[in-house]
Amino acid sequence: MLSRTADHLFWMARYMERAENLARMLEVNYRMALLPQSRAEADDQWVALLKIMSLDEHFRERHGAVTPDAVLRYMIFDDANPSSIRSCLRATRENAHAVRGTLTSELWETTNACWLKMRSFTPVAMEETGIDAFFEWVKYRSHLSRGVTIGTMLQDESLRFIRLGTFLERADNTARILDVKYQTLVSEDEGEGGSADYYRWSALLHSVSAFEVYRKVYRDMITPLQVAELLILDVDMPRSLARCLKEVAANIAAVGNGRSAETRRRAGQLEASLRFGRIEDVMARGLHTFLDEFMDSIYDLGGRIADDFLIPTNH
Amino acid sequence: MTITKFYNEMADAQGEIRPQYGEFAAWLSSMPDDRLARKRAEADTLFHRFGITFAVYGEDTGVERLIPFDIIPRIITAAEWSTMSAGLSQRVQALNAFVHDVYHDQAIIKAGRIPAEDVLNNAQYRPEMQGVEVAQNVYAHIAGVDVVRAGEGEFYVLEDNLRVPSGVSYMLEDRRMMMRLFPEVFSRNRVAPVDHYPNLLLDTLRSVAPMALDDPTVVVMTPGAYNSAYFEHAFLAQQMGVELVEGQDLFVKDEQVFMRTTRGPKRVDVIYRRIDDDFLDPLAFRKDSMLGVAGLLSAYRAGKVTLCNAIGSGVADDKSIYPHVPEMIRFYLGEEPILNNVPTYRCRDASELSYVLANLGELVVKEVHGAGGYGMLVGPTSSKQEIEAFRARLVESPERYIAQPTLALSACPTFVESGVAPRHIDLRPFVLSGKEVRMAPGGLTRVALREGSLVVNSSQGGGTKDTWVLEA
Repeated sequence: MLSRTADHLFWMARYMERAENLARMLEVNYRMALLPQSRAEADDQWVALLKIMSLDEHFRERHGAVTPDAVLRYMIFDDANPSSIRSCLRATRENAHAVRGTLTSELWETTNACWLKMRSFTPVAMEETGIDAFFEWVKYRSHLSRGVTIGTMLQDESLRFIRLGTFLERADNTARILDVKYQTLVSEDEGEGGSADYYRWSALLHSVSAFEVYRKVYRDMITPLQVAELLILDVDMPRSLARCLKEVAANIAAVGNGRSAETRRRAGQLEASLRFGRIEDVMARGLHTFLDEFMDSIYDLGGRIADDFLIPTNH
Repeated sequence: MTITKFYNEMADAQGEIRPQYGEFAAWLSSMPDDRLARKRAEADTLFHRFGITFAVYGEDTGVERLIPFDIIPRIITAAEWSTMSAGLSQRVQALNAFVHDVYHDQAIIKAGRIPAEDVLNNAQYRPEMQGVEVAQNVYAHIAGVDVVRAGEGEFYVLEDNLRVPSGVSYMLEDRRMMMRLFPEVFSRNRVAPVDHYPNLLLDTLRSVAPMALDDPTVVVMTPGAYNSAYFEHAFLAQQMGVELVEGQDLFVKDEQVFMRTTRGPKRVDVIYRRIDDDFLDPLAFRKDSMLGVAGLLSAYRAGKVTLCNAIGSGVADDKSIYPHVPEMIRFYLGEEPILNNVPTYRCRDASELSYVLANLGELVVKEVHGAGGYGMLVGPTSSKQEIEAFRARLVESPERYIAQPTLALSACPTFVESGVAPRHIDLRPFVLSGKEVRMAPGGLTRVALREGSLVVNSSQGGGTKDTWVLEA
């Protein structure tokens, strides 16, 4: 397939996944903010969220002081924020538009309809319908888009590049959610397993649709160690880093060309380190350090995928 | 002025419904108004959701408009279509023969049947094409021939579009929409299907591959997602199952065209290009073109790739060439033309000019190289000052103009704000030429939605209708 087409498909999927994970991240922050705590504590969570997205400076330039309302507007509606949900859904649609002939008509219509609906949302209208309903809507649209993709697209290269985009983005986003939340939760817990923070931990699990999964897998109290294990190493958990890397490695292998051997090796190495990793070792190194390095590896893989497949060359 | 005497497609002069509209008119009058209103709103929603839109230049990027779709179809009888399709086939064959002749022996000029200056001074004449061989000797693989019905109902060809005619996707989508909204009317009428057009197109494109390749790679080439006809480019590529490429996706190496793919370069054999000659190759034509492919012309001249339509086809669809088409049909095919040409006065001829100047108030005057309804005078609807201003321009450079009688275009009942009222229409059938000449029955019907208007262009408030050819 055309390199340019592959590029659009890859980014179409990434932006859709990013929009979904943003909704998840904002939702967990919003929920946690409703729990009893001081105003300063609550605001800190929004600052942490902006920081993990590397948007704190940009936000302050545009909006000044951090307040929950201002951050939500900025992260949902702001066209000047390239990572706002609105910007992501527009980018999803624009990438789809550029290759609409490659998509099934169902997938194109789903993507187009999602953007048309997003355009009709306003902050004022959202106050009436409730912001929860909006986050649900974003997740629902992403589920729909994924379902239509899997349910209608031919299992060829196009689908591979879409899936590659989805899982690479999800790997990055799960790592970010974990990084930003885990730190604050552990420090607030003053040790592991504080039962007062049951709600906070469960909110984190909910944010990656892992609450019921956790119950099923561990049949146990919620402990930070097991939460980390589930979200990092459990290959059966669809949003875990291990699962994402398994999909990334498989899809890179499937589209392999004469230039991609090293990229394939690196993806395989990262996947293996998760598959055979132990949570105790991760914690011994420090979770933040581990996640930081992981996000660097994801960034490296993204660049290599672009060089191997997506950037046109004459060779 | 509005033209009050015109042919009504649905009813005759006595107000009787014509037989081809019998079933439809009965069905329409049985439909409650609110149901029709709901269906029209539904059509709008669906067109938006499908993204069947055209981009609007000069506004924010991403602004897309719908072309209004009217739910009353334009109906053509089997007998009318049989004559029209024979006439279209004849006309396009003669035009292709003419382009080939222009770029080879110029026999028609030597025979004195067409003046040399009309051909060689034409801005669309491409000296680069002189002596170049093209597959099957076909230049205009896809022709959009604009046909109108006038007077008592006879058909006239208004214009031959041989460069990059557009609109066929609306022909296909209008049918799809009509069948989705009103499936019941199709069970009461035998309407010839049109949705095999993409197959015909792909077959045509494959049949003109260079060196008669067995399994040629065909692509559609678009200027990009912000082009006003992008929807159509993407639609056709998808329907044919071929790649939609931009200039940046192609490169030329050793006079061979390749596209850049995730598995390395892949050879391209046939390019259905939806981009003007001027932008095809920055080395040969416009240097500032970001849309083209450097070296494409050299690959083309070497016979390594087929461009559809061929470079230089425009030499045959110019307004100064148009009056000669009947003569081409006689010269190349030895036949009498089946379709009428509109009588045309070429102002470069002194006696014709004096007739035109004496009758400006009755005529339509057009620039020879103009397009899209710009730079023209419609005598009957113009003021004295406008006519006098045009007279001065005519006298100053008569060779730039042609004139034609103002045709009373036929009208078809159409939904407008005040209800159902007649609006003027035209028809653009799409004629495909490869190994053979073929077309889908009917074409795109465009309708001028403003009362009295004769301008059907979508940029000037035109809409479209589904076009039915009834099977005998």
